[in-house]
Amino acid sequence: MTTAVSLPLVESPLQPEAAVLDVTVAAGDGYVGRIPAGGSFRIVDLHGNQAVDTLFYDAENLANRYSAMDTIREQGRAYLTTGSRLLSVDLDLLVTITADTCGRHDTLGGACAQESNVVRYGMHTRHQHACRETFLRYGARVGIGARELGHNINFFMNVPLSPDGSLTFADGLSAPGKYIEVRAARDVLVLISNCPQLNNPCNGWDPTPVRLLGWWSR
Amino acid sequence: MILSHEIPAASYWSLRLRAGRLLRLTALDGGAVCSTLIFADSDPVDRLNVPDTLKAQMSARIRPPMVLMSDRGTALCSVTGSSLDWHDCLTGHSLDAHVDAPGPSSYATDRNDWRRSARYGFLSELRKHGRGPADLHGCVNFFAKVAIGPDGTFAYEPKHATAGDWVTLRAEQDLLFVCSTAPHPMSQTWMPGAVRAEVEPGELYGPTDPSVTFRPESTRALAAAKAVLA
Ligand SMILES: [Zn+2]
Repeated sequence: MTTAVSLPLVESPLQPEAAVLDVTVAAGDGYVGRIPAGGSFRIVDLHGNQAVDTLFYDAENLANRYSAMDTIREQGRAYLTTGSRLLSVDLDLLVTITADTCGRHDTLGGACAQESNVVRYGMHTRHQHACRETFLRYGARVGIGARELGHNINFFMNVPLSPDGSLTFADGLSAPGKYIEVRAARDVLVLISNCPQLNNPCNGWDPTPVRLLGWWSR
Repeated sequence: MILSHEIPAASYWSLRLRAGRLLRLTALDGGAVCSTLIFADSDPVDRLNVPDTLKAQMSARIRPPMVLMSDRGTALCSVTGSSLDWHDCLTGHSLDAHVDAPGPSSYATDRNDWRRSARYGFLSELRKHGRGPADLHGCVNFFAKVAIGPDGTFAYEPKHATAGDWVTLRAEQDLLFVCSTAPHPMSQTWMPGAVRAEVEPGELYGPTDPSVTFRPESTRALAAAKAVLA
């Protein structure tokens, strides 16, 4: 199904040369780090159509974590883009999306897991690498366990809802070099899984690296 | 009938439900909402995962004969029937900020009619079971509908449910339900409704059960539930 979507694209004035954080996350790897209040954090889809499963936490209180449902209800719309205020379970502002050259991101599709891969694709996928493995491995460094894993954002992923109440995984809207940038409203932790999913088109059937850039005063 | 309990309007409740049994929820007032979290009773962390439930069954709403799935890919319960074909699961539950709008309310001023949010109710019940804020996850708002526009916008439909609307859930493993009858967080008025919960002995089901045959994903999640404690 092809839907013509006109998406608001907003670029950032920040230059990579001035970034204090510049790391590349390999295909299927993850990242956990702290973004200080006022800092800007960018995720670059280097090769296009790479789902980046992302969670944010109040750095001072891990229970005050990103809430997909509260965020989309309060903004009155299912998708995330520039201007979206990503809220915590206590309705505190964690980060605001300040730039987006892709146009639309999903937060209702969840993260892939070895167990849910079995549900979706069959037992032969039980031992394939999955986002939830990465979330738990990197999360363990900062005290984030299974109970602390809320419903994540899938940056660069396109999961359209339709008025008849159906949900589909559509071809990605992203392309090489597209990026999303957020500004932290308080000190936050960001936990990322660069999705290793091989069984659907969310990564274009070929997971690729992404680049993380950060701007803040050290 | 094993149990029948009326959850008054704007109240909260929890229920441990044995595998195989049937839980019937009935709206006793028009506009009633039953915000519900579901946990695997015998597991410290496994719980309803709304995104996994939706993407496995290509749906943005809860309706029969969908299977409600957990973080760990098991069927928690099957929606065996309902008078409504849409139960919201995208927009979360009410917080104190949503119910404070009509003005301050407290036990001291309003006795047991004081306004409490679904969050207040969820946390109150969760604590009774040794759980807490980290156990909050996406909920199902039984009897509520939030319509989805072509551009993904949300519109709450306050008249979706009328008195007598119902939904039945078959437990596929031992479960803990945590429920609140506070109004939906997008409701513009304080008009809570009561909900009756009834537990009946379930019936054995086979490979032609509508939830089993709904989709291959539903079949596999139900099979995983059978092997939760192998
Ligand atoms: Zn993934």
